[in-house]
Amino acid sequence: MDADTGIGGPQNRFPETRRSAIIDLRSPDTRSREYALETLIAAYWKPVYKYIRVRWNQSNENAKDLTQTFFARALEKEFFHGYDPAKARFRTYLRVCLDGFLANENKAASRIKRGGDADVVSLHFDDAEEEFRLREIASTEATPEEYFHREWVRNLFTLATEDVKRECKERDQRIQYDVFERYDLNDSAGRPSYNALAAELGITAAAVTNYLAAMRRRFRDRILTRIRETTGSEQEFRDEVRAALGVEV
Amino acid sequence: MESLPDAVIGHMREVVTEPDFSGSPYRLIGEIGRGGMGVVYLGLDTRLGRRLALKVLRIIDADGQAAERMAEEARILASLEHPGIVPIHDLGTLPDGRIFYAMKFVEGTRLDRYAHGDPLLADRLRVFLRICETVSFAHSQGVIHRDLKPANIMVGQFGEVLVLDWGVAKVTGKAHEPSLTAGTPGYMAPEQVAGATDQLDARSDVYSLGKTLEALLVTYTGQIPKRLQAIWKKASSADRGARYATVLDLAREIERFQIGDRVLAYRETIGERVGRLATRNRTLVLLVAAYLAMRIVLFFLTKP
Repeated sequence: MDADTGIGGPQNRFPETRRSAIIDLRSPDTRSREYALETLIAAYWKPVYKYIRVRWNQSNENAKDLTQTFFARALEKEFFHGYDPAKARFRTYLRVCLDGFLANENKAASRIKRGGDADVVSLHFDDAEEEFRLREIASTEATPEEYFHREWVRNLFTLATEDVKRECKERDQRIQYDVFERYDLNDSAGRPSYNALAAELGITAAAVTNYLAAMRRRFRDRILTRIRETTGSEQEFRDEVRAALGVEV
Repeated sequence: MESLPDAVIGHMREVVTEPDFSGSPYRLIGEIGRGGMGVVYLGLDTRLGRRLALKVLRIIDADGQAAERMAEEARILASLEHPGIVPIHDLGTLPDGRIFYAMKFVEGTRLDRYAHGDPLLADRLRVFLRICETVSFAHSQGVIHRDLKPANIMVGQFGEVLVLDWGVAKVTGKAHEPSLTAGTPGYMAPEQVAGATDQLDARSDVYSLGKTLEALLVTYTGQIPKRLQAIWKKASSADRGARYATVLDLAREIERFQIGDRVLAYRETIGERVGRLATRNRTLVLLVAAYLAMRIVLFFLTKP
């Protein structure tokens, strides 16, 4: 994948069984714990950054700094260990932690001593900043919760798309991904018809239908897998799937 | 990769959750409702130009258990040919691996809504007897519904009554018993609540029917006879030994009530018995009264 974030682990290095990072945070195994944190950071750093920019009205530089510090602090102080799936969604818990952290930072009004481990997480802020400027997040009408939710969904869908792209590359399924990209990921006014797409790529319209169905199924599986990784209970998993896809599951 | 824009996210949400029927004879028209295992859509069979209902498995089914249950439900429906049970037309798999089946599209009113529409007591009981007939038929085929409740019963436009949602039905004598949670609180028999699957039999459905009868009648604006109340109480007794042994027994009890016979569930006082007999034999009572009145008048007229 282009522009690996350097977090979330090298993207082809998933353990055989992808389980809940929330549970693995408490694992006695160091590698599992590290992987769990990487997974959570991959899922949340962009929403956190944008949230700080928009909701806390911070400059680009400040927001970058605060995002890195937040995750570094979470690592040091084991913020996320206090999470109880029975009480709230992890996403809500993280946002409350973030608000608490930012309130403290505001009070201290000082950026001098920001965790020695801040370099542990290196994040690709240029992408995020560019996106931020492009969208200009005119989200004054959204509540902080809604805004954070929206950016969480965006990041989740983007990560799932990256998963699909990477897997297609690994399996030599370039044409399948091309169909997916040109049809489903098409942001322009009109999507091409199946026939036009088939003619353009030199395949049959039936192949377009089949490839799209396969890619969508894979995309959905990746969404579910990523939600599974960042939730701590079956109920939370279902709640988050509903929140992300907008349907009961 | 740059984050996806809102338009793409919206599109992806739609396409990953909406079932893909391309390549099949069916076309989606809209969503009808969502149940425990699946979503029901209104569809069109393009070969016949006929509307139908398409039930599609929900997205999450990590262990394949829900798919197995839905296939079982389809087989149960196919085995139960009865006017009170929706006929199934087809069973298949979508390109994304989800199982679906096609069945007759039934237009009507759910029993809970029907009950709020102020129907006559006699009509409510007629509907209830149709439900009993259907469930009794299923029992005769070795199928226990396990989730009978007003929301799972449809009263059609032409008075037909259909028992829906056989998703957690149990085929008696079958060794494999899926561990899905079956039933709905408030309508589930105590043995179901306790998870005592070995104790589930026709009487579990009798319990749910008792509760359904109660729900069907409590919205009646007139006075509900005590004998009728006793019937639903007996049917939904916590002690399954105290319930009607079969749905047919429950139906017969309702019929006894309808014709003014004594019901087994209620011990009536002498006054109530006289009143019931008088009501039941109203013509005879009137004739006797008229005869006696005439005799009294004649007695006084012919008195010297």
